[in-house]
Amino acid sequence: MADAALFEFLHTEMVAELWAHHSDPGPGVSAGPRGESGGATTGQKMSLCVLEGMGFRVGQALGERLPQETLAFREELDVLKFLCKDLWVAVFQKQMDSLRTNHQGTYVLQDNSFPLLIRMASGLQYLEEAPKFLTFTCGLLRGTLSTLGIKSLVTASVASLPTCKFQVVIQKT
Amino acid sequence: MAVCVAVIAKENYPLYIRSSPTENELKFHYMVHTSLDVVDEKISAMGKALVDQRELYLGLLYPTEDHKVYPSYLLCRYGYVTNSKVKFVMVVDSSNTALRDNEIRSMFRKLHSSYTDVMCNPFYNPGDRIQSRAFDSMVTSMMVQVC
Repeated sequence: MADAALFEFLHTEMVAELWAHHSDPGPGVSAGPRGESGGATTGQKMSLCVLEGMGFRVGQALGERLPQETLAFREELDVLKFLCKDLWVAVFQKQMDSLRTNHQGTYVLQDNSFPLLIRMASGLQYLEEAPKFLTFTCGLLRGTLSTLGIKSLVTASVASLPTCKFQVVIQKT
Repeated sequence: MAVCVAVIAKENYPLYIRSSPTENELKFHYMVHTSLDVVDEKISAMGKALVDQRELYLGLLYPTEDHKVYPSYLLCRYGYVTNSKVKFVMVVDSSNTALRDNEIRSMFRKLHSSYTDVMCNPFYNPGDRIQSRAFDSMVTSMMVQVC
């Protein structure tokens, strides 16, 4: 991957642009269960949906390209491990710090120094602003999982910067 | 040389199917359709057998079958499945030259990387028919030259 800073700058601009876009509430579209919604108005929730959708499409493409040479995945846990190692290294140049599961379809991925948050603060400053910077990554995870055949719901939470947790809930059909 | 190439989506509908234009194309469509059952069988068999490594290349799907209409070919079908459950099926005429396994594998690898390129194209919506000209020209280079 080219210099990581390029993606970080682009991502910051994307969030700033989409957040500022709806200063007056747009047509009331409910956010639905995707991504983290940080805004009080429905217009701002809609722009987070757009951001999450962008992450989804990128995740679909990455889900096709990254496992190209690897052998077929045997089970769900293998797919999640692939996300934590290969996907994270390809996008953020580091691996995910921890993966926990309850073996019933819920996985919690924890990153102790998330590259998109690390430049902002470390600690509790800017805690309210942080979730919208995680929306794109939630969509990225959901898109990659969907290409690999797993329907899921991904949400993110921040307790203190730059540590963040992504919760993946597999939807059983 | 390939006589027919097909890309089938995860939900088992064709994303791309092209056969060499001389013969009745419906016949090739039918052959590809019947091969899908064999592909599904191989995938599920591999899952149950608890094999450590699952290969993407599935190999020869069907014993060869004589083409009843003149000119007669010996047609072999080969399959390949990606991690995203997209299947490639190729019908190959092997009466003239016996194509070695390695050549078939390399043809599938080329197909896979072209398909990945199509997927990464932002103007392509996953699930649509593939209309990329680059993909078309790659497939043309693999298919038999018919005057």
